[in-house]
Amino acid sequence: MRFRILVRVMPRAGLLDPEGQAVERALVELGFREAGEARVGRAIELTIEAGSAEDAGRQAQSMCERLLANPVTEDFSLEVIAA
Amino acid sequence: MIQAAVVRFPGSNCETETLRALEAVGLSADFVWHRDDTLQGADVVVLPGGFSYGDYLRSGAIARFSPIMGAVREHANAGGAVFGICNGFQILCESGLLPGALMRNARLTFVSRPVTVCVERTTTPFTGGYTEGATLTLPVAHGEGRFVASAEVVRELRAEGRVVLQYLAGHNPNGSTADIAGISNAAGNVVGIMPHPERANNGMLNNDTGAGFFTSMASWTSALKGVA
Repeated sequence: MRFRILVRVMPRAGLLDPEGQAVERALVELGFREAGEARVGRAIELTIEAGSAEDAGRQAQSMCERLLANPVTEDFSLEVIAA
Repeated sequence: MIQAAVVRFPGSNCETETLRALEAVGLSADFVWHRDDTLQGADVVVLPGGFSYGDYLRSGAIARFSPIMGAVREHANAGGAVFGICNGFQILCESGLLPGALMRNARLTFVSRPVTVCVERTTTPFTGGYTEGATLTLPVAHGEGRFVASAEVVRELRAEGRVVLQYLAGHNPNGSTADIAGISNAAGNVVGIMPHPERANNGMLNNDTGAGFFTSMASWTSALKGVA
């Protein structure tokens, strides 16, 4: 079975996120005065061939731990969708 | 057999001056390609500056899986000298040979200018020729040089004397934790620094304060022969 994996990688809460701050300032400049706490992360989508959704999830978890996210500075979340 | 190997990744761009700086102190040096799996018997391995794999995903994240990095890891584990400059430092952190990570500069701009650093650790193959507390003015050129590690790791680095270079107070160009510009592993044989000594090793460049890194490597390599 084919599964679509959606990975979301975000800078760890509490770490300085200068990119998020810059985006927030630009939004405020643009007139969105209520905008706050912007964070910028990364989205990665891929397809996995796996026997079950659980297996696909396990593989994706391993991909995140080994490459897609940096365990020192980032947190990730995963979504597995039957393709 | 060579004495010093400079690893060339796709996107490296400081490898030629790094090789020349090694040759200038009398070391026999050559490039090794990221797809190679041997370091040609080198005593010293340098991971040069640049933008390996386009810095895609994160700086150093993909270079870490190059075939040559298996040989670099074995060399490091056997006590061999491994030196990462700028992108090389980022690769060493991504590969877990050094702790922490290098994140986007605090002020978002790419910083390319001389900075003043203090030599904090001289018991490494790369800084043995300096006196502890020496101040050097070296160029930095990076967009992702903000050293980040947990408070516990930073305490450990300090307590074990593993901070090799530190930006002088007020000269921190990127927001690095505790003004850290370079660190070593526990044994001291693996070191990563953000400044570029290969751009400051010769009077013709109006700055030779970085030459000590290369003379240190030459002395360390000759001392190895003395033992063998």
